[in-house]
Amino acid sequence: MEEEDAGRRRKAHGMLKLYYGITEEGKSGERLLDPTDINGVHFNPEMYLTKLRKESSLAQLMDVETDMVRQIRALDSDMQTLVYENYNKFISATDTIRKMKNDFKKMEDEMDGLAANMAVITEFSARISSTLQERHQHITKLSGVHTLLRKLQFLFELPARLKKCIEMSAFAQAVSYHAKARSVLQQYQHMPSFHGIQTDCQAIMAGLADTLHQRFRDQSSSPLDLSECIELLLSLEEPAHLLCDEFLAHGRGRLAAHLSDLEGASDILEFVDRGCGGFISDACLLAASYQSLFCKEPSCTAQMAEQKLTTFLDELSEGYFELVEKRLREEKSPGDNSLLVRALDRFHRRLQAPSKLVPGCNFNRRGTEIVVRVAQERLAQYLQALKNFFQGCLTDVRQALAAPRTPGKEAPALGELLAMLSGSVLNQIKSVLASVHLFTAKDVAFSDKPYFKGEFCSQGVREGLIVAFIKSVCQTGRQFCDSPGEKGASTPPLLLLLLSRLCLDYETSTISYILTLTDEQFLGQDHSSVTPVSTLCSLARSTAQTLLNQYVKSQGLVVSQMLRKSVETRDWVTTIEPRNVRAVMKRVVEDITSVDVQVGLLYEEGVRKAHSSDSSKRTFSVYSSSRLQGRYAQSYTPSAPLDTSLLSNIQKLFSERIDIFSTVQFNKVSILTGIIKISLKTFLECVRLRTFGRFGLQQIQVDCHYLQLYLWRFVSDENLVHCLLDEVVCSAAHRCLDPLPMEQSVIEVICERG
Amino acid sequence: MEDDAPVIYGLEFQARALSAQTAETDAIRFLVGTQSLRYDNQIHVIDFDDESNIINKNVLLHHAGEIWQISANPADRNVLATCYNNTSDSKVTSSAAVWRIPKELQAGNQEVPDDSSNNTQTLELLCHLNNDSHSSLSNSTTLEGKGQLKFTSGRWSPHHNCTQVATANDTTIRGWDIRTMRQIYCIDNAHGQLVRDLDFNPNKQYYLASCGDDCKVKFWDTRNVNEPVKTLEEHSHWVWSVRYNHSHDQLVLTGSSDSRVILSNMVSISSEPFGHLVDDEDLSDQEDSQRDEKTKEPLQDSIIATYEEHEDSVYAVEWSSADPWLFASLSYDGRLVINRVPRALKYNILL
Repeated sequence: MEEEDAGRRRKAHGMLKLYYGITEEGKSGERLLDPTDINGVHFNPEMYLTKLRKESSLAQLMDVETDMVRQIRALDSDMQTLVYENYNKFISATDTIRKMKNDFKKMEDEMDGLAANMAVITEFSARISSTLQERHQHITKLSGVHTLLRKLQFLFELPARLKKCIEMSAFAQAVSYHAKARSVLQQYQHMPSFHGIQTDCQAIMAGLADTLHQRFRDQSSSPLDLSECIELLLSLEEPAHLLCDEFLAHGRGRLAAHLSDLEGASDILEFVDRGCGGFISDACLLAASYQSLFCKEPSCTAQMAEQKLTTFLDELSEGYFELVEKRLREEKSPGDNSLLVRALDRFHRRLQAPSKLVPGCNFNRRGTEIVVRVAQERLAQYLQALKNFFQGCLTDVRQALAAPRTPGKEAPALGELLAMLSGSVLNQIKSVLASVHLFTAKDVAFSDKPYFKGEFCSQGVREGLIVAFIKSVCQTGRQFCDSPGEKGASTPPLLLLLLSRLCLDYETSTISYILTLTDEQFLGQDHSSVTPVSTLCSLARSTAQTLLNQYVKSQGLVVSQMLRKSVETRDWVTTIEPRNVRAVMKRVVEDITSVDVQVGLLYEEGVRKAHSSDSSKRTFSVYSSSRLQGRYAQSYTPSAPLDTSLLSNIQKLFSERIDIFSTVQFNKVSILTGIIKISLKTFLECVRLRTFGRFGLQQIQVDCHYLQLYLWRFVSDENLVHCLLDEVVCSAAHRCLDPLPMEQSVIEVICERG
Repeated sequence: MEDDAPVIYGLEFQARALSAQTAETDAIRFLVGTQSLRYDNQIHVIDFDDESNIINKNVLLHHAGEIWQISANPADRNVLATCYNNTSDSKVTSSAAVWRIPKELQAGNQEVPDDSSNNTQTLELLCHLNNDSHSSLSNSTTLEGKGQLKFTSGRWSPHHNCTQVATANDTTIRGWDIRTMRQIYCIDNAHGQLVRDLDFNPNKQYYLASCGDDCKVKFWDTRNVNEPVKTLEEHSHWVWSVRYNHSHDQLVLTGSSDSRVILSNMVSISSEPFGHLVDDEDLSDQEDSQRDEKTKEPLQDSIIATYEEHEDSVYAVEWSSADPWLFASLSYDGRLVINRVPRALKYNILL
């Protein structure tokens, strides 16, 4: 049944669809084209019937027939119900339309009534307003008169009121009353009554102004009172520039008091604090209130006032800065640099406020200048302190060197002294650098000023402090060399040696180390020319050289003095036959040995010329003695004095010229060679000034052989010692009345014994 | 250029004493005294012919002893004085004497150069300076001090009417006024070590040069004895002799035991530091411009030349009295070297 129902409904729908021209989609379209389909659009009853008749049996036909009948019936009933339903609806719709028509007619009538009423109302209202017009104008006039009268009353009452206000010292009220009335009075002053009021008011206000001025001048009144007074006076149209001046004069008194107060501060930090708290903040306050009073809107008055303020502040700050600078200059002790830097920082920071407030005044510039100057002075102080420290170290070293060495002949520990000296100086430099570094610390406000970034680092610290110190060290060294006394006693030779080593160390490492350290700590941005490391190094090297030369000279002098004395004080003509080596020669060898030890503590061995074994020494001495004898043999033959000089000349042709006081190299051998050269040359010159007897010559021979035995080991080229000694003996032979040389073997025996 | 080459003369003996023949202004003549203990000592009179560069010598015997110092009479060219040591009986005695050069040599010394070496003549003794009948000690004073005091050198000042003498002992230089025999100035510690020689500036009366064992040559103003005016430190051993040029006192000669002779030009402290001022007006424009260039060069004290012809210590140097551009130096091995001031410098000074 249900299916059937559904099919039926679909059929109906299909019909409706058909009616409304809505085509079914695809599949059904084909079916619709089928003319035999009873439900299709193109249904052809003839074809359907013929088809049915052709295809179906009778029974089937019967069935179709019944079926068809049944269907027709069903369709009919359906149709009937539909018609009924729709009919009812249509009826009710018709009813409604009719009703609406009625209602509209009624409404139209009412609207007409309303329009009539409105016209009436308009008419009435127009009539009323026309009647009321006259009255209204009158009232307006009356109220105008009332206000005028009140104003007049105010004016007439004004003097009394002002007086009362002044009595109650409500000055602001009085001034505002007066300000209100002033223009009116001004306008109507030709009328006698108003004029009277005006004069009264003016008298009262003048009195008020006087009172205000008095209060203003009163030293004890507070800044708040002052500013109130000024405001009132300004609104009383007092001349602004006079007020400015007076205000500033008032401020000057207080600031000056602060300044005089400052002088008592003991501690630098306290001083700066007090200066900042008292002077600067008061000045700020003053400037701020002044500006709020006089410079509110840009006008020529404001400009004038601004200018006045600037000059005023400049004047006052001059005194302050002078005071600060004086105080800072007193800050001499180099120890508490952090305190100074903190004080400077605070000082500098606090100056920012007034300079921001009053852009015209040069607080900031002056402040920075002071800081820069103080920093420079500080650097100079540090340099002096470093120099003093170095001098102190030198004094210590001198004392250590001069201290009597009781236990035996132990040489003073030069190495330790040197290490101590250079170490402590280096430490001092480092600590000074650290203190100076405070100036450029990040948390210090003025460290980012261009001066502190550039010039302070490169010119100030690097050049002014470190380089200058190194130069002064060299200078000090040089001073030891050409001290006017130069008798050798003025400067202990060991100090010269020590300083020379110090300078040499500076040249090789210390200078570059210190400068690298400085450059690292003070990364200067400015690229102004700085002294290069190489210049300093060469300076240090030349100083070291000078010192060493001086050392050689003075040590040589000590030995040669001994030799000279020994030659000069003896009567060589009548001396007895030599039995041993003279004590002086032993002293000489001892001295040179001790010098050798001392120099060995500080300087490297150095290079000597090849052979230095014991065997070579022996053969050498044999060779020399044989040659000596050969030469004497020549000079004994009386007929040939020429040959001697010829021979010695020929010999000299082949030997190098010996520079006696020449520069030495930085090693032990070269130093000792220098000393020995000086000593032996002196020996030679002294011998030439004397006349010898036979034994005198022999003594010289013995002495020379002894020296030969012991000195060869110290020098770079033993030939040199040999040459010089040879010449000594030769000269002695020349200066001998009876030149009979001693047997070489005897000499050797004597030397080995002694 | 060849003229500038040094002329060398060798003596047989060692020698220390050298002097120019001061009274002789025509010929260039030097006196050299030898030192020999075992042979007769000699005085060589050396003539130098500037044109031909030839040396003529005359040998005079000095029997008295070895000569340590010699000096010529400034008025009579045939008189000379020597200091000598005499050794006899193993005793050494020092003495001084005045001698006269024998007549034959005075007259025709130029004509007989060949045989002068063969027939050596003996000096004629005028007197011994030992306070006997011929000579008398005019004045004396004693220097008092600690220890043995020895004078190493003495020198007459050519100024003040020759009333002043300067002496050196140890490291001190003293000035004496011989009228009162009082000390007039004293330069303590003039040199670090022994002072070896002195010389007065011939044109500037207060200026004095000294040299010594500290290898330095110092120039002093005797009015201010605290500081030397100038110090030279060029030698590498003791400086034994210092001499101002007689006419051009910027030229200073020094001899040292480092076997060198150094000629220095001390313009800044000479009497003619602006040598050309006198002729200023005579100069034409063209010369003026040349001169401007010259004067623009700063006046600098400089070493003119270092002479290294010697091979032994040089104990004496001396300017010629006849030719101001010529000098001699003597080293211990008996070598006498005659040199000239470089021509460029000579013209520079003269023009």
